[in-house]
Formats: sequence, structure tokens, C-alpha cells
Amino acid sequence: MIKDILKEVEDLDHRIDNLQNPASEDDAASQLLGEGDTQPEAGESLEELQARRDALLEQCRELTPADRVFLARHQGRPRIDEYIRELFTDFFEQRGDRQCSDDQSILGGIARYKGIPVTVIGHRKGSTLEENMRFRFGMPEPEGYRKALRLMQQAEKFGRPIITFIDTPGAYPGKEAEERGQGEAIARNLAEMSGLTVPIISVVTGEGSSGGALGLGVANRILMLENAVYSVLSPEGFASILWKDSTRSGEACEIMKLTAQDLFDDGVVEEVIPEPLGGAQRDHKALFAAVDAALERHLTQLCKMNGKALADQRYKKYRQIGL
Amino acid sequence: MNIGKIMAFTPRERTFQLKARRDAGTDNPRWRAPDFFTCKKCERRATRQVWASTLYVCPNCGYHHPVGGYYRLSMVLDHGTFRELDGELEGKNVLAFPGYDEKMAKQRAKTGLSDAVVTAYGKIGGVPAVVAVLDSRFFMGSMGTAVGEKVTRAVEYATNKRLPLVIFSASGGARMQEGIFSLMQMAKTSAAIQRFQARGGLYISYLTHPTTGGVTASFASLGDITLAEPDALIGFAGPRVIEQTIGEKLPKGFQRAEYLLDHGFVDQVVPRSEMKETLTQLLWLHTQGRKRGA
Repeated sequence: MIKDILKEVEDLDHRIDNLQNPASEDDAASQLLGEGDTQPEAGESLEELQARRDALLEQCRELTPADRVFLARHQGRPRIDEYIRELFTDFFEQRGDRQCSDDQSILGGIARYKGIPVTVIGHRKGSTLEENMRFRFGMPEPEGYRKALRLMQQAEKFGRPIITFIDTPGAYPGKEAEERGQGEAIARNLAEMSGLTVPIISVVTGEGSSGGALGLGVANRILMLENAVYSVLSPEGFASILWKDSTRSGEACEIMKLTAQDLFDDGVVEEVIPEPLGGAQRDHKALFAAVDAALERHLTQLCKMNGKALADQRYKKYRQIGL
Repeated sequence: MNIGKIMAFTPRERTFQLKARRDAGTDNPRWRAPDFFTCKKCERRATRQVWASTLYVCPNCGYHHPVGGYYRLSMVLDHGTFRELDGELEGKNVLAFPGYDEKMAKQRAKTGLSDAVVTAYGKIGGVPAVVAVLDSRFFMGSMGTAVGEKVTRAVEYATNKRLPLVIFSASGGARMQEGIFSLMQMAKTSAAIQRFQARGGLYISYLTHPTTGGVTASFASLGDITLAEPDALIGFAGPRVIEQTIGEKLPKGFQRAEYLLDHGFVDQVVPRSEMKETLTQLLWLHTQGRKRGA
């Protein structure tokens, strides 16, 4: 299991760190705390440790779908704020749906990408537990989708390309969300997005589950990180609906074809963006470089098409999925 | 059943009426023992013939029972105008899900449907229209690739022929057994509706019990006019999931048609007995304008 491998790798990382910077504050702190296991053991050499780590990471080349689900949900994965900070400049956040409130679990605004103004929208999970709770782990209420729609319609008005980042366990299943039309809000987004005449690129960065993900994902191009997953429902939900047993989620992962490679083979996504060995959380910089390259390539291609061609291409893309 | 319905004048109409009666459970030959049906709410018991005379609405408690696709169509379409669209289109086991093929075959044999939706051309009150009916007996009316494709084709047919569109929704949501392909049908059907509406088409969405999940979050919520059957369960997340998430009991009547009416998501709650009149009225209100029939 990837979980155990990553744990060992982390431990080795720590030891290598200690060897490389023996006088670091971390080291002093851990000495005080008496954390013996992160201390270099006698006879340990840097090369030996690195070799061991690399050997472990090699095992990460062949991952099972369940491993990828684990990585897709990893707390250390880069979040939307970080993508915006690293890939865009001049970000201006736009808030509120202009009807009743502002849903913080979707972040959106205007920014510059390689000098071009674009509209960026994405699910916001938060990186600390407090943030997670505040943003409901990236599960939007209808207001979030309506805010996204408002931003997208504005992008249409000003001819800005739209880039969305998808990372959500689904739309929030709450009482108020239902009262205010969760289904209607998602449906409206699907319909309106399909008719926009500006380029839309969606990047699935973590887990994309159910209509909650699709509500931001009707795009000309869908790019997916190597270890991201995209599915009709979480594997747990899938197993509990079909087999009345949510503990069979591992089995569900195998069947569901939710990994980036499977979806690429089925023609649902256009590109799989490679992640650093062992997952995106291990090297954010390398990941951003890969995402940046893919985004730029696809955006340049799409910017050459006119409005009608973009809407037609998007319609055809979804029209042919299925039978 | 009146005499006109028994004496169907074309073979197509005759087959249609037989399918409708099969859905209603009134196709039994006389000599067989009477087939009883019990109201799911108040337990009133009567033969299916008696139930069919009230369109499977309980005269005692007013409960609207889910009905089959052909039977529903026979309630709304003018006699002799039914023409099925894509009747042969069947779902595929796209994920190679174990046991799905056998289960589908079984459901087909049981219901006489190719998948969970029947789409047709017909006239309602003399106005030509395209009608789609989701059938909750087939995999809970869930939307897989076949349902998505049939609905999309029906919408495109209506777009090309400039016909109004009526969809009766009844669905548990996306078909799990077809995974991501089911999810993408939401985008596909919504996109088709968007194109249809952008070209001036009238779409009446009629929500029946139960309409949930991916169908609520796509074409069912996009009607120019949205109607609902009394007491129908309509929502995105299921009540049990919500209760588990928020850790409290939901109020009585939550996610029911009247509740949605109160919250502004339905134009009117229309009982089954007034269904055809209401549709006729709405279609007529849209045919005498600038553009006929669209």
C-alpha cells in the first residue's frame, strides 16, 4: 500500500535532511523531544539512505487505483490558492452570487495567465483542519455554483478564457443546500457552460466526484493530474449503493475506471499531467511546472478558435460520450 | 378502458396500447384471477382495472403511484399519434461491471423496455410535441449512457423539427454501473437542452416521484416551465445522506413537490387527473404566438 511506502519515505526524507543539515533547528527540536527514530544511526551514509528512498519511490511507479484515490485525497496536495499564486499573476478575487450569499468553498476571480486576463474558478478545500471545516472540505452549496456561473458569464462578456480547478468530494448534501436548489444550480451551470463562446479548460487536481465536480467541469479540454481521480461518486458511496457495503471501496476503485489514465483511454480527458514520483505532495514546484506547460499548450490552441467553433467543439465532446 | 382504445385503428397504435396496458397491469385475459394492487400509502386494495380508472392515483388518500413509461404516454398523447423514437436503443456494459448484463436482460424482460426511458413523437391536445418519459421500474429510472443518448436524441429531434418538448422525470440519479459515462450524460443532456432553448424551443419539465441525483442536477431542472406531481420526492442528495451529514432528522414534507413549490423551484403542482389539460393549455399558449409549435 502506498500509505506505508510514503510513511517510510517520509521517515527517510527526514533522516536525509538531518544528515544534510545537521545543525538545523528541526534537529535540535527533535533531540529535545527525544525522537530517536529520526536521528542518523551509526554507520548510515547519505548515499545509502538516498538509495533506499529511491528504491521505495520506484515502487510508486505502479500504483493501484486505490493508491491513486489515497493520493488524490492527500492533505499535502497543492490547493487552489497555491495554484493561483504559482501559475497566475494579478489575481483579484470576486465574491458572492449577487443573490444571497458567498460560498467560500468555491474560489474565483480574475487573473493574468502569461499576460492574458483569464477567469479562474476552483473548489477550495483548505489546507488546515480549520479551513477544511470552514470550506466543508470543498463541498459547495448552490451559492458557490451560482457565483461560479456569474463569474463565467462575466468572462463571456469580456472575452476571457475560463480555467477551472476541480477538487471536491461532491456537492454538499445539506438541508439548506437542498432548499436553495442544489440540483438546479448544478444543472444551470452545465447548460450555461456548454454554450459559452470562450475557451474553457478544466484541470482535475484531486478528487472529482459526482455532479459537484461536473458543475465546474464542462470544458473544451479536461486535463487531469496523474494521480487525480474523477468518478460518478466516491468509491465508498459506489460500494455502499451497489453492494450495500462501503468497506468494499477498494474493489469499487478497480471497477470504476476513475484514474486519469483510464479516463484518457476512454476519451473523457484530453491530457494526463505527470506528477512527481510518489505524488504531487512531494514536489509542488515540479508539479506546477508540468501543469503550467500543459495549460499554456492547450490555451494557445483554443485561443486560435472562434467563439462558435469553441461552443461546437465542446458540444461535440460531450455529445459523443456514451453510445 | 373505453371502446376506442380497444379498437386501435393502426398496428402501431395497437402495439402501443398493448404496451400501455401491460404497464398498467390491465392486459390480463378475463379468465385469469383478478390481479390486486394495494395502495402504498393507505393500503386500499382494488383490482388493477379499478386502479387504472383513476390513473393509479389513490381515491382514498390521493397518493400518486409511479407508473410505467408507455402507460404515462397513453395518458397524455392523443389517440393514434404515438410514434416511438429510438425504441431499439439499449444500454451497454461500458465498465464491464460484473452481473450488469444479466441484470439488464432481466429488467428488459420484466418491463418490456429497452432502457429506463421511452421517447416519442406525438400530439397533445392537437399540438405536435416530443415527449420523453423516464420509467422508474428500470434500474430506478437511473441515467446511464442509453438514457442520456435517447434523451439527447429526442431533444435534438425537437430542435431540428422545431417542436415543443415535454420530459417526465423519475429517476434515482446517475446509473452507478456505468460510472463516469453516466456522469457525463448530465453534461450531454444539459447541453442539448441549452441548444434547444437557445433556438426558442419550449421545454416543459414534469417532475414525478422520485426525481433525484444526476437527473435533478441536469435536464429535469432546466424546464422553461416546471411542473410536479403531488407529493413527489424531488432533490439532489437523498434524504438519508442528508440526515447522516447534518446529524438531525429532516422535517416532514422535506424535498416533496409542495416544498419545492414553496421554495420557488416549481411553477405548479399538477395532479395526474389534470396533467393532460395543463399540458394542452401550456402548449396552446405557446403555439399561437409568433412562431408556431416552437
